[in-house]
Amino acid sequence: MYKVRKRIGSVISVILKLIVSFIFIFPFLWMLSVSLQSDAETQSMSLTLIPKTPQFQNYVNAWNSAPFPLYIRNSLLVIAGIVILQMLIMVPAAYAFAKMEFKGKNILFGIILIAFMMPIQIRFIPIYFMMSDWNLMDTLWPQILPHMTDAFGIFLLRQYFMQVPDELIEAAKLDKSTDLQIMWKIMLPMSRPGVASVILLSFVGHWNDYFWPLVMTNSDSVRPITIGVASLKATEGSLFWNTIMAGNMFLVIPVLIIYFLMARNIIKSFTYTGIK
Amino acid sequence: MKKKTTNTQESEKKYKANWKEKIKPYLYIAPAFVGIGLFTIYPVIKVLIWSFQKVNQLDTSKTKWVGMKNYSYLISNSAFQKTLLNTLIYTGGTLAIIMTCALILAFWLNKSQGHLTIFTQGAAFMPHVISSVSIALVFSMMMNPSFGLFNKVLTAIGLPASPWLTSSSTAMPSVVGVASWKAIGYYCLIIIGALQSISASIYEAASLDKAGVGVTLRKITIPMISPQLFFVIITMTIGSFKVFDTVRLLTDGGPNNATSVLVYYIYKQVFWESNIGRACAAGIVLLILVGILTIIYFKLLSKRVHYQ
Repeated sequence: MYKVRKRIGSVISVILKLIVSFIFIFPFLWMLSVSLQSDAETQSMSLTLIPKTPQFQNYVNAWNSAPFPLYIRNSLLVIAGIVILQMLIMVPAAYAFAKMEFKGKNILFGIILIAFMMPIQIRFIPIYFMMSDWNLMDTLWPQILPHMTDAFGIFLLRQYFMQVPDELIEAAKLDKSTDLQIMWKIMLPMSRPGVASVILLSFVGHWNDYFWPLVMTNSDSVRPITIGVASLKATEGSLFWNTIMAGNMFLVIPVLIIYFLMARNIIKSFTYTGIK
Repeated sequence: MKKKTTNTQESEKKYKANWKEKIKPYLYIAPAFVGIGLFTIYPVIKVLIWSFQKVNQLDTSKTKWVGMKNYSYLISNSAFQKTLLNTLIYTGGTLAIIMTCALILAFWLNKSQGHLTIFTQGAAFMPHVISSVSIALVFSMMMNPSFGLFNKVLTAIGLPASPWLTSSSTAMPSVVGVASWKAIGYYCLIIIGALQSISASIYEAASLDKAGVGVTLRKITIPMISPQLFFVIITMTIGSFKVFDTVRLLTDGGPNNATSVLVYYIYKQVFWESNIGRACAAGIVLLILVGILTIIYFKLLSKRVHYQ
């Protein structure tokens, strides 16, 4: 009797888990389904779950309806710019906060944490006018420069750097290594998971970002893919959902591929709260 | 004589090296602080100053001080009052739904480490890594009153169709629903992480003392994960105060300002009304709300760490 009850319990639990998974996965499956439906199927009053013949033409239509190569190029350039700039700036700062002693260290680190709390949703106003004053609005810099210091990134790198044993650094110093060499040859290789987390978070975060490019761009030539995809709704109207969803796939697929390849690492990076 | 000069030279050298060592850390953090100064401290001060001014961006010499006028306008303006109320409703709604679902899911999915459990966790987390643009597009398609999947399913099973995002009474609950769906998995996994950090020996000790499930939950589990619960509640609340993407993409603040929230209001003041002063005053309101929550968070956290 106990065994039977246990078995029923585990069957119910399997079913419930499948239902929960379905709730979170379904909208993506539906996106895929609609992106392959014909116009008639999308616009009919009856429900089409799986398109009769997949309309790959929708993807071609979506691709041609807006300058997607340009949008994707802009997105990738912005991300590359941010990641390179952040690494150049945050690694030395995190190293100093983790391994050097200096006056005002705690206060300065506190300032970084407070800066982290200042919402980007208000800072954008002066930054927008600053960028216009510097005549940068026709370039990608307004999307790159303001992200140069990421307080959370410094915090995260510092946590990892602090775990590198001091003896290693002392030994390297006896070998007459400079601090730059220590950072490059000891700190970075020893904190590879931390560095990977920071880069991963930057990549996913900025690929997906909508608010910042929305307020920092005035012309199509500098817009990233999120803005391009979001504007499909206006250009395609509310009838051609198949084309809109095909365009939407351009935005979703790269992140989903990364997610399928390294879900565990991504979840770990994103849920890192710094409280242990 | 000669000896003395080498001595001073040496000490000078030493002094120089020492001095170099002393300023080195500052050089290492300097670029980071240039970034913080230019893009955080300066803008926040500027927002504060502008909130007391009538800003003329075309001719800055015409910018003038107006005291509290921007603030008094906001306080007496019904659209802004509605915006604040909407922000609070959105925050309360998402907080209640996400916390309930995330806690239930976390306690349930924490029990086993099987493949299906891991898969469910991964599935629940997935919306968090997807752009709000994609999610808003899919949901506005599914919530479309005439062609949308939701209404097709509702009518198929004999229920009345809903106007979803297009009616001022259902728009806010719809937005809250989408935002909650996107975030539940993220917070669920943070809570699971917290649950798994409690060492098994504590539970063993409790079961030796014949503590029941309820007692274990109340006396061990909840107190042990309370720092993370504080973190979750505070970040969620701050995040909700700053909501913009889902609102702008799903409803554009409408219908009839039913979903206009604080950041959306700021955005509109800047880009539609060109009223920088008012936008900045609204921005300071946001900053104060975020600040209060942050202070509460650190106060509670330090108290908690105290008796741990």
